Amino acid sequence: MADNKVLHVMYDDDMKLLEAARELVAQGIHIKDVYSPFPVHGIDPVIGIKRTRLAIVSFMFAMTGTSLALLGMWYFMISDWPMNIGGKPSFSLLENLPAFVPVTFEFSVLCGAHGMALTYMLRNGTLPGMPATNPDPRTSDDMFVIEMLDAENEMSVEELEAAASKTSPFEMSTKQYEA
Amino acid sequence: MQQEAAIREPLILGNKSYKDITDDVVGPIVGPAPKSWKILITISSLVALYGIGCILYLIGTGIGVWGLNKTVGWAWDITNFVWWVGIGHAGTLISAVLLLFRQKWRMAINRSAEAMTIFAVIMAAIFPGIHMGRIWVGYWVFPLPNQFGSLWVNFNSPLLWDVFAISTYFSVSLVFWYIGLIPDFATIRDRMTKPLAKKIYGILSFGWSGRAKQWSRFEEVSLVLAGIATPLVFSVHSIVSMDFATAVIPGWHTTIFPPYFVSGAVFSGFAMVQTLLLVMRKVMKLEDYIHVRHVEYMNIVIIVTGSIVGVAYLTELFISWYSGVEYESYAFINRFSGPYATSYWIMMTCNVISPQLFWFRKIRRSLVATFALSIVVNIGMWFERYVIIVTSLHRDYNPSSWGEFNATSIDVGVFIGTLGIFLTLFLLFTRYFPVLALNELKSILKSSGDSQKAVQNQESK
Repeated sequence: MADNKVLHVMYDDDMKLLEAARELVAQGIHIKDVYSPFPVHGIDPVIGIKRTRLAIVSFMFAMTGTSLALLGMWYFMISDWPMNIGGKPSFSLLENLPAFVPVTFEFSVLCGAHGMALTYMLRNGTLPGMPATNPDPRTSDDMFVIEMLDAENEMSVEELEAAASKTSPFEMSTKQYEA
Repeated sequence: MQQEAAIREPLILGNKSYKDITDDVVGPIVGPAPKSWKILITISSLVALYGIGCILYLIGTGIGVWGLNKTVGWAWDITNFVWWVGIGHAGTLISAVLLLFRQKWRMAINRSAEAMTIFAVIMAAIFPGIHMGRIWVGYWVFPLPNQFGSLWVNFNSPLLWDVFAISTYFSVSLVFWYIGLIPDFATIRDRMTKPLAKKIYGILSFGWSGRAKQWSRFEEVSLVLAGIATPLVFSVHSIVSMDFATAVIPGWHTTIFPPYFVSGAVFSGFAMVQTLLLVMRKVMKLEDYIHVRHVEYMNIVIIVTGSIVGVAYLTELFISWYSGVEYESYAFINRFSGPYATSYWIMMTCNVISPQLFWFRKIRRSLVATFALSIVVNIGMWFERYVIIVTSLHRDYNPSSWGEFNATSIDVGVFIGTLGIFLTLFLLFTRYFPVLALNELKSILKSSGDSQKAVQNQESK
């Protein structure tokens, strides 16, 4: 019954969109995505978006940085070429550790921040030269759009339109898309 | 939705709608450049060119063209380095620390303050770079395998810690800034009509579409970056202070240096933010977004950090006497009564006395007074670094090797030049980049806009 149509329902206010999304979901409609000019707080649980794990990613990258920094400094300063600098201990990592704290910290931050930022870009699909996929240029200005696919729902596009029109939208449009 | 008390002044004035915010910020980018901008960029780029000329002359001839000698081997160069890095700290403080504290007023100023951070750190990095003399072997600061045998850089040295701190600080600030810019570039891309400009902003916006999941990730990434940028910013100036504090030079070898330098950095940074933004809000017509409330909050930060700096000066002075170390005592007596006493008293007046004027509400909320005092603080903080560095170096343990430092025209030229380069970059930023964080401002419009306050006041009556 699905004929691969996508329905875009536009609202002129974030609160209207949130309300509408709640109503539509209550009727068992699956919302594919929401486009907005700024984060609409509270939309994530309504349309079934789980909390991102990027913070864990950052921690793992940072720990990698910590290990690399310590390994590197152990090799340079202790193993490969120990130097006597003002009588500071140079024969074991543990004894020399206080002097290694700043670089270890900086390198962990470097890896944690950049590792997370790169993962964020890749997961988001935001990379230099990628085409924009927002359905209407106004969604980056002052409009908020709910996107629904008939293929993902038990209803036809007409039924979806009927349900959406009850939520006082600003504008609605239906498009064919390639499956 | 977040609520704010009705009696608080709104952060965004003038009954704006979401569209008005976009128009106010994107409008100047789409339209032609104003005349005042053209005049300013011409002047600043001429100054920048002069500075670049001085730098090239210095690289071609050697660092002897600075007023350095064998007693004072570091002077204006390291002074300028510390001054510029310090200025950078305000941007990170605004965007990271105030984000963690959920301070909404940061949203109008964080974008430009972060731009200032990035440009200031670039200016700072110039100085140790050209002080190397042979800048083309600058890569020797990294631990690279080399042809001279197994000789590695010294990881016990604060100077090397600084290499890691500054490069981490610069690159993390840049990424933090750019991640915030992506959605706003998308807004410009969607409104731009000129094909070439639309294409450029399209590339800059990385195909951002504003999907719910993207925003959810965006907020998480901003929060985590703020979380790690906060200890980073404190570590950077602590490490800068250790460049001095770990040396056994009288007047430097003190444990008070890290907190003292960090608060000094924030102090000078906020002063520079005030200097730049008070001009920018006028030229770019952003008076509704950056207004007295923002200026007052920043002035409060200036009083707090300025007072910490004042306490640190007095503590240093007291400890130099109380320590009973004659070299340490002499370093301080020499500071306030020796050949550089003028610099010392400029520093004391500008940094300890002048910010205390902000205790008066009238002065704290006056834009003219704030602008004047912000420049005074900038001057004072430059002299602070000059005093710490030059007075400690020029007379230490051995009187036969005492000397004096006198700046040459190249010292002055390079410093003025970095001011020019900095301003040129900042002006280019204000012309082509969204100077306010659009997506963040729109999210507080309802809780702290004029119309919302009016509704709240109506209800309470």
